[in-house]
Amino acid sequence: MSYTIQQLELKANTIREDIIKMLEHAKSGHSAGPLDLADIFTALYFDVMKHDPKNPDWEERDILILSNGHCVPVRYAAMAEAGYFDKKELMTLRKYGSRLQGHPERTRLPGLETTSGPLGSGLSQAAGMARSLQMDHNHTRWVYCVTGDGELDEGNIWEAAMFAGKYKLQNLIAIVDRNNIQIDGNTEEIMPLEDLHAKWEAFGWHVIEIDGHNIESIIDACSMARAIVEKPVVIIAHTIPGKGVPFMQYDYHWHGAPPNSQQAKEALHKLRTLDGKIRGEHE
Amino acid sequence: MSNPDMHLVHNIGAADIKREPIRAGFGRGLAEAGRLDERIVALCADLTDSTKMNVFAEAFPERFTEIGIGEQNLVTVGAGMAAMGKIPFVSSYAAFSPGRNWEQIRTTIALNDRPVKIIGSHAGVSVGPDGATHQMLEDIAIMRVMPNMVVVAPGDSVEAEKATLALATNGKPSYMRLAREGTPVFTTANTPFELGKAYVLREGTDITLIGTGTMTYQCLVAAKMLHGDGVSAEVIHVPTIKPLDAKTILASAKKTRVVITAEEAQAAGGLGGAVAELLSEQLPTPIRRVGMQDRFGESGEPDELMKAFGLTGTHVAMHAHEMLEKFPR
Repeated sequence: MSYTIQQLELKANTIREDIIKMLEHAKSGHSAGPLDLADIFTALYFDVMKHDPKNPDWEERDILILSNGHCVPVRYAAMAEAGYFDKKELMTLRKYGSRLQGHPERTRLPGLETTSGPLGSGLSQAAGMARSLQMDHNHTRWVYCVTGDGELDEGNIWEAAMFAGKYKLQNLIAIVDRNNIQIDGNTEEIMPLEDLHAKWEAFGWHVIEIDGHNIESIIDACSMARAIVEKPVVIIAHTIPGKGVPFMQYDYHWHGAPPNSQQAKEALHKLRTLDGKIRGEHE
Repeated sequence: MSNPDMHLVHNIGAADIKREPIRAGFGRGLAEAGRLDERIVALCADLTDSTKMNVFAEAFPERFTEIGIGEQNLVTVGAGMAAMGKIPFVSSYAAFSPGRNWEQIRTTIALNDRPVKIIGSHAGVSVGPDGATHQMLEDIAIMRVMPNMVVVAPGDSVEAEKATLALATNGKPSYMRLAREGTPVFTTANTPFELGKAYVLREGTDITLIGTGTMTYQCLVAAKMLHGDGVSAEVIHVPTIKPLDAKTILASAKKTRVVITAEEAQAAGGLGGAVAELLSEQLPTPIRRVGMQDRFGESGEPDELMKAFGLTGTHVAMHAHEMLEKFPR
């Protein structure tokens, strides 16, 4: 089924609410990244990707790799929204015995494609998958890989970038969550990444830059990426860390912290009223 | 005397015994595995000829991927290919893979449970003149402690070929260490090999010599020397360090009551460590661990270094005498 942009925006908001509830309940975890990725994950799970929540191992599915595993609450929330599992299970995040591990473990939860957390190795795995598709002359499946921007400090990322450029892996689409923060501060202070656009181009990639909160732009960029056949494509998605929760936005201290119950209450109020743009809270 | 069921060569200890690098057997085995199963793919980090992956690359160029000098990428691209149903063999020197990329192997292959086959060539001090940087000695220890990981160190090139074919079908994350230098070929096509099994190559009653990789042959040489001295040594070959064949080792230790392990690697955490763990928990037995003793190697000729670091049959026999004196029956 296809959704209108407005429906997708509401879904993204619901996913943000779920992220807040999960993190509050878990009492640990990362807030900023999952919130700012909600629009991208909504676009991927509800428009861009070919997948079947009832058959996670479907052989024709597109593949989504979350390289920066600490942002997995957004993936769990999107998966639950899409019907991979019951939403009640979201409250088991980070709890003993849960399928929803603090960082994603493939062998625990159907629908996860890799195990990630230690940064920098998702893009290589995505490239290995795309290289396999290339060897099999498969032009019907796509490998999407979401990475953080702080994660681009890792050498492994650039080994993968060089490799994907060499083999012209057209089935590979990387999405960089350019939120400009990492644990110790702002990316340009910790380890400057700019000129990021030029870096990727120099490694043989086609680069698209978008507003990572504009769902229509995300869908269009993915569509364009699939039309580019001579190179791998990276979508640099400019995002606001903590997006949707004003007191978290732009503040790197929220990278690795969960909201307490008071903060969660306020965050949910902000999300439900679209930061005061509507009077009553929607449900 | 040699266990006839093992079908070993008859000139063990002779100067004219055939020598071949263990890695050559891997090269043949991989090409054969490729012929048997089209899911087999090979990836290398700029060492295709010296890891002997060139045999496969020439036979199946469309299934070979050159990674360049990037060992982190080597194993993670391999993990991605395994996710798509391929059976990737990824090769480099052991010092670099798994030396440099251990965490990537841990997360994306072992924890992720993908059947990538990590081939570490040029392990041990017999690498020779290249020196300590290239003489990987810690690989058995660091790979053995990783859950889900199978660890194999074939004793010669003939066994390496069989081990490669076995790894191609075991469906598990696996590590195999190979040596660079010509190593005496003591097994034959008829010598049994199964992953997870240790083999009694020679039966004895006074002491058990347990070897892996290149040092198993040295244990056989030592047993021959000891026989001349009136000592009956049992020799066990442990090509699979993990999972360890506890039954075979315990049965022998129960019989002889003195054990020596031998490996061209750090004794701490290596085969010596594995056997010491087993015996101390299940059958406390005096043990001496022959191997590198908490030090790095250095440049030199392979034979010269094996002597300098006490990794010869003569040394193993000397340790056996000392142990039998220290722990009389």
